[in-house]
Amino acid sequence: MTTATPTVGAGAQAAGKPTTTAGRVRNRLNSRTATLVSLVIALLWTIPTFGLFVSSFRPEADIKSTGWWTFFTDPQFTLENYQDVLFGSSSSSGQLASYFINSLAITIPSVLFPLAFASLAAYALAWINFRGRDWLYIAIFAMQIVPLQMALVPLLKFFSTGVTVAGVQVMPAWDLVDEQKFAQVWFAHTCFALPFAVFLLHNFVSQLPRDLMEAARVDGATHPKIFRTIVLPLITPALAAFAIFQFLWVWNDLLVALIFAGGGNETAPLTVRLAEMAGTRGNEWQRLTAGAFVSIVVPLVVFLSLQRFFVRGLLAGSVKG
Amino acid sequence: MEFDFAEEQPKFLMLMYGLIAFVAVVGGLLLLLDVVPAWFARRREAQLVAASTGGAPLPRRRKPREGLFALFFLLPTLLLLTIGLVVPALRTVLLSFMDAGSDEWVGLRNYSWMFSEDSIVRVLLNTLIWVLLVPLVATTFGLLYAVMVDKARFESIAKSLIFLPMAISFVGASIIWKFVYAYRSEDQDQIGLLNQIVVTLGGEPRQWLLDSPLNTFLLIVIMVWIQAGFAMVVLAAAIKAIPGDIVEAARLDGVTPWQMFWQITMPSIRPALIVVVVTLSIATLKVFDIVRTATNGNYDTSVIANEMYNQAFRYGEAGQGSALAVFLFILVIPIVIYQIRNLRQQREG
Repeated sequence: MTTATPTVGAGAQAAGKPTTTAGRVRNRLNSRTATLVSLVIALLWTIPTFGLFVSSFRPEADIKSTGWWTFFTDPQFTLENYQDVLFGSSSSSGQLASYFINSLAITIPSVLFPLAFASLAAYALAWINFRGRDWLYIAIFAMQIVPLQMALVPLLKFFSTGVTVAGVQVMPAWDLVDEQKFAQVWFAHTCFALPFAVFLLHNFVSQLPRDLMEAARVDGATHPKIFRTIVLPLITPALAAFAIFQFLWVWNDLLVALIFAGGGNETAPLTVRLAEMAGTRGNEWQRLTAGAFVSIVVPLVVFLSLQRFFVRGLLAGSVKG
Repeated sequence: MEFDFAEEQPKFLMLMYGLIAFVAVVGGLLLLLDVVPAWFARRREAQLVAASTGGAPLPRRRKPREGLFALFFLLPTLLLLTIGLVVPALRTVLLSFMDAGSDEWVGLRNYSWMFSEDSIVRVLLNTLIWVLLVPLVATTFGLLYAVMVDKARFESIAKSLIFLPMAISFVGASIIWKFVYAYRSEDQDQIGLLNQIVVTLGGEPRQWLLDSPLNTFLLIVIMVWIQAGFAMVVLAAAIKAIPGDIVEAARLDGVTPWQMFWQITMPSIRPALIVVVVTLSIATLKVFDIVRTATNGNYDTSVIANEMYNQAFRYGEAGQGSALAVFLFILVIPIVIYQIRNLRQQREG
């Protein structure tokens, strides 16, 4: 598996020097139109989000009676929507603060577990010789594409009734209540993340120089020691890339949470609550707009501050050539 | 009742348990891997010492146990994949041949139900529309944008803005677009952008999400809005990676931009293009959140993943839900095979 590392801009700059005056003018015009058109499209792309953002700061009566664009002719600003949707007392107001904590409690372990397990597995698949290694890797690789819908019904049954083989209870039911259900969600997310995590990290680990590994072996280092002292520090960017992926995926997930966490404010994450509000209170725009932003803000900050790692991971994970 | 922080404490406690479990499992595993070989090494050393002082024959040097190490490294992953993915997937296949309560075998009844029930045929048809349109539109847009932005200034800002929806959850994106599609009757001011535009142009406001089949296309817009950024970033990187001398040579030969695009750019980025289309197709087949949040599958907008959830977890029809899941899996099998062939070629080549 080769990881395409794009040589940024090498081609574009070398080629962008036409010799004739006419060519230079045409090129400049080209690039000016391109700049204009691409910026306009980028702005159009952002308008829906921007409209929601502006709306979330407008008073309830205004949101429901006039379009958000009137904000610029008649600016009315309030934080009440956020106050209401986060900490409001009535059950209809959202109580998102509680769900926000659930989202955090679900996400953090769901990122850490697959990260650790997959890096161990990726190392073994890349650098330890054993029989059937290639087949095992191909099997894990293929599992990436299996829709997780295939696993939902039996996995839920596994949690609720345990495992029985021929009438004998092999494993008891988990019988979790309230916030203990987090464990189910962690488990499910970890299982579903592993194939992609192994694949992505294997891409990086297998690219490490063979000489380095052999030198370490000659010096008498064991596999665990090589893994800890050589491999882990070298693949930090890959670990970061996967962590961001998994963070966004878990934080934004609806299906897994809906099934394994239930709908109460003891365990359900923001997405579940928001989907429910959009269904039952579809016209409470003052709450929906503010609520949507509460859920968007964390991934947005993570994404914007760590975009570099994210893009690198994306390219390593998908651009195989 | 006001928001009470004390009530949230059990959650933090649970989170802490989770983190402790993490440290214990991973730390324990690493420790085990460190201690056990060291112990074996010491024992062997002791044997060697004993042998050399006692004059006994040297113990035979055993082969280093690579396989054992591999097993320990792979143990958590294999265990979790077996419990969480492989066994459940096999059971789902079995369940799809059983009735609602998973008690009786019913043969292929769940599958014939799938293709005979009108509402489900509609679901399959919708999924087909999704899977044809989303990869096509998102990839085309992403490609055109990538080519254009390659020449533009403020490239990184423009790319970031297009890419931004990737960070927004499908649920959040659906709410954003529901707001765009929002409806107010004709005598009121419109609050939804789309209806406002229609009204400004002299049309009548419509309840966009209630109108089949238009509503399915409006939901597809949401998915394209999210995924185009992904296509654009991957393809832009592929375009940048085209060697400069090829582009230069073509330019010296005096090719038009049109020829340049079809004869240099397209063949060079073909692998990336395939990856984008495949990834988007799989993501689209599994789309669930958008449909559920925007219309809850009503008004003829449901897709397989949504219907599967309804059947299995709301109507208690485990058999029919499983059959839908299996059908979803059958749809991706060609992609799996294609990917495996690709991977094996790369490994051999």
